Amino acid sequence: MAIISRGFSGRGSAGDKKLPPGQYVTTDFPVLSAGPTPRIPLDQWELTIDDGKNVLRRWDWKSFRDLPTETITVDIHCVTHWSKLGTSWEGVSLDTLLEDIETDASHALVHSYGGYTTNLPLPDLQNMQAWIAFRFEHEELAPEHGGPARLLVPHLYLWKSAKWVHGITLMRQDTPGFWERLGYHNYGDPWREQRYWGD
Amino acid sequence: MWHVGKVTALHKETATARTIILEVADWPGHVAGQHVDVRLTAADGYSAVRSYSIASGPNSEGRVELTVELLPNGEVSPYLSQELTVGDRLELRGPIGGWFVWRTHQTEPIQLVAGGSGIVPLMSMIRSGTSARSAASFRLLYSVREPAAVFYSDELQELTINEGLSLTYAYTRVAPKGWPRPPGRIDTTLITDATWPSNLRPTCYVCGPTSFVEIAAGLLIASGHSPEMVRTERFGPTGDRK
Repeated sequence: MAIISRGFSGRGSAGDKKLPPGQYVTTDFPVLSAGPTPRIPLDQWELTIDDGKNVLRRWDWKSFRDLPTETITVDIHCVTHWSKLGTSWEGVSLDTLLEDIETDASHALVHSYGGYTTNLPLPDLQNMQAWIAFRFEHEELAPEHGGPARLLVPHLYLWKSAKWVHGITLMRQDTPGFWERLGYHNYGDPWREQRYWGD
Repeated sequence: MWHVGKVTALHKETATARTIILEVADWPGHVAGQHVDVRLTAADGYSAVRSYSIASGPNSEGRVELTVELLPNGEVSPYLSQELTVGDRLELRGPIGGWFVWRTHQTEPIQLVAGGSGIVPLMSMIRSGTSARSAASFRLLYSVREPAAVFYSDELQELTINEGLSLTYAYTRVAPKGWPRPPGRIDTTLITDATWPSNLRPTCYVCGPTSFVEIAAGLLIASGHSPEMVRTERFGPTGDRK
């Protein structure tokens, strides 16, 4: 049973349904990163999919941008409690990137420029649930928000949507990523409020 | 999972910020740099949660100090910075975070760079180093709007005199009379003059508003620090809207 905060009324009401528990709406776009923002020139940018041994697919910026793209409008939820509603992105679906790859992998470890990693069950990257996004609100994605391109997995807390994405390793077992080793939940479903270890 | 903290004291830091001292009976202890989630609940059951850095160093008394700055149009910070009184109880979750932390076994030089209220977790690190009698040498570059906006100013001054803390203020709007550097953003000269050189391999902790952290981390890297030695914590909105 929560303690009532004497004299606190807040902005919302207990009946608000659109937000996952413990979240509030912001119209800003806060930035959370563990380190400095890497700057990746487009002519050096590369995205790969590998199986831990061999690179299965490789794109440079041009071949990546030649792939069919989708426009997505989604709510995003950060573990630090803010949510941003109705954000608009353009990106390439992971279904497109994973097409024709035969794999018995159950999980994926996503790598970023700068060394960041995050892990997800492979099915969470499939079936129109995940994109490599390069445009936000009709503009090129800014470096501090993960540009040139970031993963976008809006049904999970935003730390799973790795900025400055560089590669995806398909794995037959799960292995925790950067924040997942440092106290954050392994899966991170905002609707079940899976923020930290033990949630 | 949610701890209950009792407010035992409140200190005004500046015109818009104050420190809340909480006694948390079942506090598991924390490491310098970690944060907590604070939950407020209204009489109708509506609740709001925000994250705040811990200002106090690790201690065995279950004491958790938060310094909260009033944000314009904030939902939780007005309550914490103005309404809350001694004897009230607050719900806390944590401690949280295992990256932006300083642990007492670290002996390398430490470079702290604070922008505004980004000083809070860095103060926890300084306090932790002092109470552990750490061999690590701390340098703090503290960028702040004006002298009146400095948090913990008496304690910081005391630490420079008695504990060998190296402290440089960088004022962005108003500097004290006769201050050698005109008010302005931090720049290459200041980084060169006031921070550990990169060849000593210091771990750098940069905390503040996003725009500040982007600039400060960029300057550190440009002056030779390797990116993996620069840890950052950003808060507030993106961009330069003020």
